[in-house]
Amino acid sequence: MSIVADSPATVIPSGTWSIDPVWSTLEFEIKKLGLVTLKGRVPGFSGTIEGGEAPAISGTVDVSSITTFDEARDGHVQAPDFFDAERYPELRFVSTAVQTKDDELVVEGELTIKDVTRPVELKGSFVGTGVDPYGNDRIGIELAGTVDRTEFGLEWNAPLPGGGFLLPNEVVLKANLAAVKAA
Amino acid sequence: MKILAISGSLRAGSYNTALARAASKLAPAGVEIEVYDGLGLIPHYDEDLDQVGIETPEPVAELRRRIDEADALLMLTPEYNGSTTGVLKNAIDWVSARHRGSWLRNRTVAVAGATTGEYGAIWAQQDLRRILGIAGARVVAGDFPLPRAYEAFDESGTLASPLVAERLRNHLAALVHEASPLAVAA
Repeated sequence: MSIVADSPATVIPSGTWSIDPVWSTLEFEIKKLGLVTLKGRVPGFSGTIEGGEAPAISGTVDVSSITTFDEARDGHVQAPDFFDAERYPELRFVSTAVQTKDDELVVEGELTIKDVTRPVELKGSFVGTGVDPYGNDRIGIELAGTVDRTEFGLEWNAPLPGGGFLLPNEVVLKANLAAVKAA
Repeated sequence: MKILAISGSLRAGSYNTALARAASKLAPAGVEIEVYDGLGLIPHYDEDLDQVGIETPEPVAELRRRIDEADALLMLTPEYNGSTTGVLKNAIDWVSARHRGSWLRNRTVAVAGATTGEYGAIWAQQDLRRILGIAGARVVAGDFPLPRAYEAFDESGTLASPLVAERLRNHLAALVHEASPLAVAA
């Protein structure tokens, strides 16, 4: 099941594109102890990409789907110390500007976590377009950016015996988005 | 709304249990504070006893049930060697073992502490808040330290100082507010 990128375009083709969570990957990374990159994955999300003259990207994430691949740790990640999934079941992203600069796709937008909305900048590329085995037009977009988790009220940490803390404030967000042209 | 108060001291004359009783008298309108008295019956936590297919020790089952029935918890702790008490930590372990789910997950909890010393168990309360957060609880910010607890109560068990009583009322109000459905974000 492979697609062939037949147009290495640098702008998003016009039309409305529905993000396919099965083909896409939303991840975050945090460097524990300054040594080890821990990855979390967010399988439950949906979103839309608008191409053409007024490009835009928006989406929502089901917080209860966030996993770090460890049941005990996920219990804490979902709890009020971190995402507080019971009270804040959804994350939101809405772009405010989508531009292509020197072949780089730059997406500025507003990310809402725990009802706190902050501007974020994601950079990456528009990978291309293709037709999948079922005849659907697809596009691929790769984006990454860094946020300060404490700005969104995710402030939990643990002090280390030699000073400093277990977790940094910086969290890397990565989105590999596959989207299908809406009929 | 029902609040279950759990004192981390087993001593009959415990100042923390006295503080729990005093709190029950100061409960806001529409709020009932029950003082849990089964802590001394909880066995030492043993994962071998905490398995599917093995009958849960009855005092543990009762504590889990009481927590389920409560809308919020008030945990009171003395300070032993700079932290909370073994008996209270043991009970928390029984109701938050990861492989069985946590009865504390999303449960709103406030902490308080009474000591005969000058500091009112602030280290114990800090530790208790951290432990409860890891167990998944919604932990209300702030301490309620009651120092020099030997002079804090009158003969009827009421807090002698109106100022201290007012502080405790405010602490309970914060707990009730945090536990209320209205505090849930839209």
